[in-house]
Amino acid sequence: MRPTTSRLEKLVFVATVIVSSIAFALDGQIGIHDPSTIVECDGKYYTWGTGGTGLVSDDGWTWRRGATLPRRGLAPDVIHLGDRYYVYVAANTGGQPHAAINMISSKTLDPDSPDYKWEEGGVVASSNGVEESNAIDPGLFHDPTTGRLWLTYGSYFGYIRLVELNPKNGKRLNPNVPPRNIAINGEASDMMYHDGWYYLLDTHGSCCRGADSGYNIRMGRSKTVTGPYLDHDGKDMLLGGGKQLIGSGGRYIGPGHFGLLDLGDGVQKFSMHWESDLERGGASVLDIRPLLWKDGWPVAGENAKQGTYEIESVNTATAIELDVEGVPVGGRQTRGPRPPGAPRPGGAGPGAGGPGSGGGGLFAGTGAPIPPQEAAQVSMNWPAGDINLRMGNYLCQAQQKWTITPVPNAGGYLGSPYFKITIAGTDRVLAASEDAELVVVPSFTGGPEQLWRLDELADGSWRIMPKALPHSMQVLALSAIGSSFATLEKFNPKSDKQRWLLKTP
Amino acid sequence: MNSFRKPRAAALTALVGSSILATILPSYAVAQDPRPPIVPADTLMKPVSAAKLPSADGFLQRWMILEPIPANALTQKAVKEEVKKEYFRDQFTVIPHDGDKVNVGGAELTWHAEDTKNYNFDLYQFARALGKDTSNVLFWVVAIVDSPQEMQNVRLAIGSNAASVWWLNGQEVIGIYGDRQTVIDDGVSRRLTLKKGSNVIRAAVVNGGGATDFCARLLGADDKPLKNITLRLSEGGK
Repeated sequence: MRPTTSRLEKLVFVATVIVSSIAFALDGQIGIHDPSTIVECDGKYYTWGTGGTGLVSDDGWTWRRGATLPRRGLAPDVIHLGDRYYVYVAANTGGQPHAAINMISSKTLDPDSPDYKWEEGGVVASSNGVEESNAIDPGLFHDPTTGRLWLTYGSYFGYIRLVELNPKNGKRLNPNVPPRNIAINGEASDMMYHDGWYYLLDTHGSCCRGADSGYNIRMGRSKTVTGPYLDHDGKDMLLGGGKQLIGSGGRYIGPGHFGLLDLGDGVQKFSMHWESDLERGGASVLDIRPLLWKDGWPVAGENAKQGTYEIESVNTATAIELDVEGVPVGGRQTRGPRPPGAPRPGGAGPGAGGPGSGGGGLFAGTGAPIPPQEAAQVSMNWPAGDINLRMGNYLCQAQQKWTITPVPNAGGYLGSPYFKITIAGTDRVLAASEDAELVVVPSFTGGPEQLWRLDELADGSWRIMPKALPHSMQVLALSAIGSSFATLEKFNPKSDKQRWLLKTP
Repeated sequence: MNSFRKPRAAALTALVGSSILATILPSYAVAQDPRPPIVPADTLMKPVSAAKLPSADGFLQRWMILEPIPANALTQKAVKEEVKKEYFRDQFTVIPHDGDKVNVGGAELTWHAEDTKNYNFDLYQFARALGKDTSNVLFWVVAIVDSPQEMQNVRLAIGSNAASVWWLNGQEVIGIYGDRQTVIDDGVSRRLTLKKGSNVIRAAVVNGGGATDFCARLLGADDKPLKNITLRLSEGGK
């Protein structure tokens, strides 16, 4: 399962510039392998990969090459503690599995800052080439319940191991305490805490084989940080167990190197790389996905996709719509009795069937499929200018169907570009108004009040936020207030008011 | 519109005619919607004080109600047209008092001050107790809300059976349309400002047939019901 040559040798090609596109695995220069957990510093996002590749982004969507670290090596990880950023970088100090993990730290990750100065922190873990471990692929975990700092590491040669670090300086705590084995047959381990459980995530399968890479992220959980970490079937990760978080899919092959991004308010995402992005010639690329939760286990979510949707409130089960008169799909039917001798809908002859038999009468329908209602069929009766937004029972009508489209070159947020939200088949676009309300305007101008951020939440519903309100710094989300009205309000993770379902109409 | 009897049977009757309905759906009782018998409105009572606080959940329980006006509209377009008609002089500005009378199409209609014991105001009971029609009618309702200070980012939140249009201090703030039942906070206005002193909430509630009622309350900036307001029988607290 382990590559026979070093990743460093094999992955130099990853540094090639990736052509920008509006695909769904980030934008810009995203070529990287074994990315560290993405961290934010002074409004920018940073990650480093094997070989020293550094990526930086202003918004989490469009990435560019950034500064390299003074220490280059294998699969770094980064954590922000106090006023310093601690980076852990591994290197083979002989033939594998002879390796060591070094720590360096700086007050900032911004090379343009006068505080940008890396200090060596020494070795925090090592393997001597004989013992059952390979001290590479560090993963940092700051326990929110105890404040203790932990380092997991390891890669296929034997065990994934756990040691404790000093959260005040990032160095090894109690070096004489032997590392604890917590998993086997994996690499790129990391940990997180959620609702009373510790989760150990690592990457199984082979890396570095392009579209033939079997990389996939697996996990187990434990009530104590030191394990045992069991998967959903009760298999111990120390015995090779592991429930899959994410595997290959779509146009992407070989996910690995989990890193948690906790955005607060219950919104979580995770960083990783794909061994092979088929849309980008099979290059290894960075990606960011929503992290959902179901039955006590993390689930890999999906970033928003272009499409036409009903946008339904979790709170009220009503859908946002234009404040216009709806027309029943198929038109308003005035169904009187059939003339004597007229055929029944569906072609049945007169006299066949009866009430409840489906053979005719009030409930028989037209006898032919009713096509979907398109905006062009009914929009001639809509006002030409701005139209208010409201909510109503979803009846498959044109004023209730919204097309979500990524907007090129408009920036984005962690994992996604900004989207415009238009009434399907029209240019009418949803916009935030100056008074923190909502309006649908006749056409898209590209203004920040017309750009929308869609974050998938832990339960699979969506938070929908405008990039900005006109003349306001408020950060607000689409909110159902009452059954028939939507507004913009501060996101409350404990409420369903700001949770929305994107349903295929 | 919240009984099985009315919406389904009435709709079916409208669609296919009662004789055919009786043929194809013999188990359905076909409603004729005759004028209901005169029965006292046990959820309503005449105000006994000059001022009244909202209910514990913030519902406005004191209203001036005009006896029903014949009307036939439920769809958005039809209701908007219906409420634009001038039924009586100063209908969008008048502050009515108990016993005031207006002439609508040759009929003399009376304003009634009523307190409701419930979260909602039962217009069906109100009209039935007066021997008035309850179907295909429009009710004008008015509440005087006294605010101790200017309050911003307030929302009017209403529900109605059936369609209704609402104004605060002369500004249209909510319209909900179609055949619907009263649901708390069904229609909610944009953020509004309550003036210090008297504020006038006015609504037109249109009913097709059967039960008809409405509820209303004001929500603060935190979306919680306002309770530090007072309902009065006239402007200026008189």
